[in-house]
Amino acid sequence: MVSLKQVSKTFGNLEVLKGISARFEVGKITAVIGPNASGKTTLMKSILGLVLTDDGQILVNGESAFQNPVSRAQIGYMPQKAQFPDNLKPIELLNWVQDLRDEKSPRLHALIDYFQLGPQLDKPLRVLSGGTRQKVSAVLTFLFDPPVLILDEPSAGLDPLASSRLKDKILEEKRRGKVIILTSHVMSELEELADEVLFLLEGHIVFQGTLAEIRERTGEQKLERAIAKLMEGRAL
Amino acid sequence: MILSHPQTTLEPRAKRRSALKSALKVMKYGFFDLLRSRWIIIYTLFFLAVTSGLLYFGGDANQAVLSTLNLVLLVVPLISLVLGLSYYYYTRDFVELILTQPIGRSSVFLGHFSGLALPLVAAFLLGSGLPFLLAGVRQGADWRVIASLMVAGTLVSLIFSALAFWIGLLNEERVKALGIALGVWLGMTMIYDGLLLLFSILMQAYPIERSLIILSLFNPIDLSRILVLLQLDTAALMGYTGAVFQRYFGSNLGILASLGSLLIWTGLPVYLGLRSFKRKNF
Amino acid sequence: MKRLVGILLVLGTALLGTTWVYGQSTLEVCPTCSLTSLKTAIAQANPHDKILVNGGSYTEGTILVDKPLTLEGLNQPILDGEGKVEILTITASDVTVRGFTFQNAGISHTADQAALKTLEVENCLIENNTFLNNFFAIYLGKTKHCQVLHNTVKAHATSESFSGNAVHLWDCSEIVVKDNYLSGQRDGVYLEFVKDSLIENNISEANLRYGLHFMYSNNNIFRNNRFRANGAGVAVMYSKNIEMTQNHFEDNWGSAIYGLLLKEINDSRLYNNVFHDNSVGIYVDGANRTDISFNDFSHNGYALRILSSSMGVTIAHNNFYGNSFDVTTNANRSYNAFLENYWEAYQGYDLNHDGFGDVPYRPVRLFALTVENYPQTMILMRSPLEQFMDYAERILPIFTPKAIEDDRPLMRRVLW
Repeated sequence: MVSLKQVSKTFGNLEVLKGISARFEVGKITAVIGPNASGKTTLMKSILGLVLTDDGQILVNGESAFQNPVSRAQIGYMPQKAQFPDNLKPIELLNWVQDLRDEKSPRLHALIDYFQLGPQLDKPLRVLSGGTRQKVSAVLTFLFDPPVLILDEPSAGLDPLASSRLKDKILEEKRRGKVIILTSHVMSELEELADEVLFLLEGHIVFQGTLAEIRERTGEQKLERAIAKLMEGRAL
Repeated sequence: MILSHPQTTLEPRAKRRSALKSALKVMKYGFFDLLRSRWIIIYTLFFLAVTSGLLYFGGDANQAVLSTLNLVLLVVPLISLVLGLSYYYYTRDFVELILTQPIGRSSVFLGHFSGLALPLVAAFLLGSGLPFLLAGVRQGADWRVIASLMVAGTLVSLIFSALAFWIGLLNEERVKALGIALGVWLGMTMIYDGLLLLFSILMQAYPIERSLIILSLFNPIDLSRILVLLQLDTAALMGYTGAVFQRYFGSNLGILASLGSLLIWTGLPVYLGLRSFKRKNF
Repeated sequence: MKRLVGILLVLGTALLGTTWVYGQSTLEVCPTCSLTSLKTAIAQANPHDKILVNGGSYTEGTILVDKPLTLEGLNQPILDGEGKVEILTITASDVTVRGFTFQNAGISHTADQAALKTLEVENCLIENNTFLNNFFAIYLGKTKHCQVLHNTVKAHATSESFSGNAVHLWDCSEIVVKDNYLSGQRDGVYLEFVKDSLIENNISEANLRYGLHFMYSNNNIFRNNRFRANGAGVAVMYSKNIEMTQNHFEDNWGSAIYGLLLKEINDSRLYNNVFHDNSVGIYVDGANRTDISFNDFSHNGYALRILSSSMGVTIAHNNFYGNSFDVTTNANRSYNAFLENYWEAYQGYDLNHDGFGDVPYRPVRLFALTVENYPQTMILMRSPLEQFMDYAERILPIFTPKAIEDDRPLMRRVLW
């Protein structure tokens, strides 16, 4: 379980998170949505410990996320656009991360097969397409079977086949009892994956509930229109 | 206010050891990644070519030392800054990825920095050290001079790549960072000495030798130059201008002071970089 | 010419002195012989006799040689002054001393006590002797036609006032000092009021003060000597018609230490000398009509420092390389000529391939000039700024003196 208690973060004069409290439960997929610059990325990065919060507390399975590497052992993170060192090959990267964590993953080959990375394993990352890199990133995310998954626009750049495989994987992990936090601009993806939506606006959580509750609140049947309405602040 | 953060269960010593291990692993990656990139190879070959050329055409090891000293004072800081900055920005996202792994920030920073600095030092030592080694055996070179040159080049590489990291950490914009880096380079190689010259001319009537020596401690380029010159007969020349210089340049005092200050200089930007890194939001 | 005749005379008489003498007999001295004392032997000897001294130590106070004799040591007999007295005083002409070890001539502050001293004599030959820990070693006063050959002088002087010179010539003429090794004394070779003499093939090193030191000594030749690591280098003063060729001046570092100091030297010639690794190669303080040509200046702090008190000095066909400063001066004007030298630092070109650079070279660099006026700026030596300054000045010469200019700088080193 991931919990946030009164978390705030200011960049310079800009208050990005204004006392956020939330809980992300086991076996549930929560989509963090909101307009650009609403604090989505900051929120996720705070849970990852990449952003150092000013105030409040974030606990990842009981471990503080603040300057505490142990908490990150619990999290698998898939960034929006994975950046890898150009000169490494995917297999070297994966082995290196295993070496870094001092942890051999029994899932490695299954994941490589699942995302059909086999033929690309021995080419330098710089020659690989954006989609292939995303696949590498996905393998890395699931590699150590972490109890918490944070996925930032997970299917961006993937072809339909890979994208659907990734979604299947996410749902499978959910069933295995993971805490899953994701962002997405793709409405179908949200409909398909999200159990719950956490809506951020100017650093506040303005809504947390199921998709059904959004539709109900906004009176719009189409999710896209419902969310647009939330963004305009008309349904609050 | 920051609420209390639960302590990890590891013993402090085990924690330190694992931190060091992680740092080494981060470094190993950077080291090999950089060794495979063509810049570090070009840099090495550049030094190999220039130093061999100096030794071959100049003929005389001491003359080549002085010319290589020019490279150490001008080219090594510039390359360390520019390569350091581009390495920093180029690996920035990847560092983010490492930071999502269960590894402490100090380990990541120190490992990451060593991953840049050690190949730079290796490139310098290989590129300029090897020709001296080969030629030195033949020409009966003065090993103390060559050793001091190697020490100076190593420390300058470390200092300026650490400065590059620090500048990068403080500036999101790489063009601005590059501008600052070039300013630092120009400032330390030329402008600082220009001010010393101006100071000497304006204060001609006063005994300023002591002040000049102290001022030289604040510039790693001056320190490196003095460290190498002190191993040469040229040091004697520097001593002629007065009793203060005589005492400083004519004894081990100068060597100790310049080497000590250089080491402090090496630690300073690394420390500042580490501090910024630990406080940075990614 | 006159000098050459003098030298031939010296050589000639030396030869005569050793072989020609008629009716010569030999006396032998040794610890077990009937003669155990050199003094007694000298007293018993007839002029032109030979005294053969066998190995062993002879402590006899000051031994006076007052008749023409040949003293010859076999197996390096030791004559010991016990740190008190002068050992051998020669007051007769035609004396030869060979094969002895002189040690511990006494230090005196009132008399120049030497291991071997000649006074007002002619035709002496001092060869193949060893001198250890003496005050003065070889002292020739008012002596003429004398040769000092193949001697070794060693001492470990630590203070100038407790040490004399290795070879000290005072008011002499037609002396040959050749093939000697001179070390650890005050001056290696000292000449005062000496003329028509030849100093050749000596090594003078690690002496407390000067490797070679002369004053008021005209018409002398210094050839093929090696002066290295002497306390203050070499200083030659107030003399004229001096010829210095093929000498090496090396490893003399420190303030007021010179490879060679020329003070008031007139009408002299310096050819084919090597000045290597000195704080100042040649310091010229008041030389006139003197030719400095075909010399090598390498790896000196200052290769050539020429003060405004000099006139008519010609500096031609020399090689300057690896020096921190090639030429410095204290004036903007110069009445000396720089011609056809090789300057390693010259960066001009030679389009017509005549071997000479097409643009003149000014060997006084801007940084040298700066240091001249503001000595503390020496701390910027070898800095990038120094190079920048010199580079700017080369492109647009404003500060460096036009008077010191080599119009025909050589593109290649002079070979001689």
